[in-house]
Amino acid sequence: MISYNTLIVLAGTSLLGACAGLVGSYAVLRRRALAGDALAHAALPGLCLAFLLLDEKNLPFMLLGALISGLLGMAIVSGLRLTTRVKEDAAIGIVLSVFFGAGIVLSRIIQNRTTSGSKAGLDSYILGKTAGMIASDIYLIAGVSLLCLLTVILLYKEFKVVSFDPDFAVVQGWPAFALDMLLMGMVAVAVVIGLPAVGVVMMAALLIIPTSAARFWTEDLGMLQWLSVLFGTATGIVGTYASSKYGLLPTGPVIVLVGTGFFIISLFFAPRRGMLAKFFQEHRFEKQLAHEALLRLLYEQVEKCQSANKAFSLVELEPQFSGKPRQLRPLLRNAIRANDIKQDRHGNYTLTTSGMSRAVAEVRVRRLWELLLSEDAEAVHSFQERESRSITELLPAEKFAKLESRLADSGREPICFPTSN
Amino acid sequence: MPVSSSVKTPAILDIHDVTVAYHRKPVLWDIDLEIHQPALIGIVGPNGAGKSTLIKAILGLVPTASGQISMFGKPVKRQRKRIGYVPQRESVDWDFPINALDAVLMGTYGKLGWFIRPGKPQRNWAHECLERVGMADYADRQIGQLSGGQQQRVFLARALAQQADIYFMDEPMAGVDAATEQVVFDLLRELRSDGKTVLVVHHDLRTVAKYFDDVVLLNMRLVAHGPVDEVFTQENLIKTYGGRLGILEDAAEALRTQEKSQ
Repeated sequence: MISYNTLIVLAGTSLLGACAGLVGSYAVLRRRALAGDALAHAALPGLCLAFLLLDEKNLPFMLLGALISGLLGMAIVSGLRLTTRVKEDAAIGIVLSVFFGAGIVLSRIIQNRTTSGSKAGLDSYILGKTAGMIASDIYLIAGVSLLCLLTVILLYKEFKVVSFDPDFAVVQGWPAFALDMLLMGMVAVAVVIGLPAVGVVMMAALLIIPTSAARFWTEDLGMLQWLSVLFGTATGIVGTYASSKYGLLPTGPVIVLVGTGFFIISLFFAPRRGMLAKFFQEHRFEKQLAHEALLRLLYEQVEKCQSANKAFSLVELEPQFSGKPRQLRPLLRNAIRANDIKQDRHGNYTLTTSGMSRAVAEVRVRRLWELLLSEDAEAVHSFQERESRSITELLPAEKFAKLESRLADSGREPICFPTSN
Repeated sequence: MPVSSSVKTPAILDIHDVTVAYHRKPVLWDIDLEIHQPALIGIVGPNGAGKSTLIKAILGLVPTASGQISMFGKPVKRQRKRIGYVPQRESVDWDFPINALDAVLMGTYGKLGWFIRPGKPQRNWAHECLERVGMADYADRQIGQLSGGQQQRVFLARALAQQADIYFMDEPMAGVDAATEQVVFDLLRELRSDGKTVLVVHHDLRTVAKYFDDVVLLNMRLVAHGPVDEVFTQENLIKTYGGRLGILEDAAEALRTQEKSQ
C-alpha cells in the first residue's frame, strides 16, 4: 500500500522529472549539457552557506542560496572562456570541482559545528534523498515545474528559433541573449529544485538522459520534448519508488540508473536511429551493392562471348569476382531467389530475362559514371556530398542526354542479349 | 539647382565610417558605403578581408567600434521586419530535430510577433517558398538528411519567407551543386525584378559579372563600390588582392569572361 507521504513524494519527483526532461532538451540541443552539470555541482556551497546563515533547514532559502552559487559558477565559466585562453570544457571542469570541493568542506564544517538534529539532512543533498521531504517542499517543486512548463508552451516558437539559429533570431529582432538567459535560468531552476531529491552529483543526468534517449525516436522538436518529458516523468517515478522500496538507497543514483535503462533501450531498439536499425540498414546496403556487382560481372562475361546462353561455373566466376571468395556462393543463391539468375542442371549459372535487363541497367549507370568521371572529375567532386547515387538526379537533363549519346558513340552501350527462357 | 534634390528619399543602406575590431585587432576600417538603387550587389575580397564581418556588422551581429548604419532612413534595429538573412550554412547544427518546412517557417516568426505560433497561412506560404527553390518534395525531411546544396536552398527559402526588402546572403554559392547554383542564380534575378536589394558575400571572381549589377571590393577597407563594368577592373582587383599570383590569374580570367559577355 502506498502511503499519503509516498504519494506526495512521487508526485513531486515525477513533476521534477518532467521539468528536467523539458528544459534539459534545450540544454542538450544547444550542446550545453555539461553546463548543467557544472551548475548542479556549483550549487552545493550556496546551499550550505544558506544553511549556515539561518542555522536551520529552510528549504526555499537554501534553494535560493543554491541558485545564486550555481549561477555564479556559470558566470565564472563564461568569464574564463571570454577573457582568458581557458577553453570552455576546462573552465567547466575547474568550476565544477572547485565549487563542489568547497561545498563538501562547508558541509563537513556544518556537521562538526552544529549539534542539533537538523544537520543530518545536508549530506542528502549530495546524492539525493526523498524520504525526509515534506509536503511544502513538494509544492515548491511542483510550482516551479509548472512555471517552466508554461514558459516553454508560451515561448515555444521563440525558444525554437533561438536554439536552432541564434544569429537569425537576432536579425529577426528577437532578444536572443535574453531568451538564452531565460533558457539557462530555467535549467538552473530545474537543477536547483531537483537537488533535494536527486542530489548535486546526479542532477545533470536527469537533464541530459531523457532528451538523449528521446532523440533516438523522433526528428521533431515538439515530439522530442514530449517524449523527453515522458521519459523524465517515468524516470522520476520508477527511480523514487525503487530507491524507497529497496532499503533506502540514495535516490540520485537509482534515478540515473533507471534513466539509463530508458537510454539503453532507445540506443539499441529505436527505429532508424537505433543501433540495431543502423546495423540492418548497413547490412542491406552492402548486400545490395554486392548483388549489383554480381550482375555486372555476369553481364561482362556475357558481353565477352556475345551470347547470353553460355552458363558460367563457380570456378569461372571466382577469379573475376571482386569481393571475398567465400561471399560468392551465398550471393549467387540470393540472386537465384531474386530470380535474377538461374542454375542449369550442371550447376552453372546464367542470367534470366529479368536479371539481364537489371544487369544492363546497372552496367549502363556504371559506364555513364565512368565516362563522367573521366571527362569532368571536378564536376563530380562537387556532387560528392549529395546523398543520391542516381546519376540522372545529379546532372541537368541536357547534360545527361549528352553523356548518354557519348556513351552510345563510344560503343560501350550495354545491350540486352536474348536469353533462352 | 532642381528642387527635387532637396527632398531626397533616404538611402536603402547608408554605412558611415564603420570600424569593426576583434580583440583590439581591426577587421574593418572606416567603411563608407551608400546604396540608393535596388540592385544585386556582390561583396568580393580575399579571405579574411572582412566580407562576412561587414554583413554581420550591418545586421548588428558583431559590435561596431565606431560609425553609423541606417537602413531606409532609420537605425537597423527598427527595420528588422524588412531584412532577410541567409547565414553561412556551417553556422548551425543540422542535426537539430526539425524538418525543412519547420526551418522555413522560422522566416515567418518575425512578422508573427510574440507568443503567436505559425498557422495555416504561414504553412502555406512556407510551402510556396520551398517550391520556389525546388524543394517542395523535401518539406518533411529532417534537415540533417538533406545534402549541402539542399540545406542551402532551405536557408534561401527561409529568407524568402521573411518577405523582406533587403536581403543579406553569406556565401550562398559556396560548395553547392550545379542545380543549387542555378536556383540561387534564378532567385537573385527574381528578387531584383521584384525591386529588392540583395547583398551577397561572394568568393568566386569568375562569376561576379554573371551574377551581380554592382560590386563591393573589400579588403579591410573599402577598395571600390559601383557597377560591375566600371569598378571590377584589373587595377581595382590588384588593389583588393595585392600581388597574390593565383588570385590574379583568376581575376584576369574573370575580366576576360566579363569582356566576352559584353
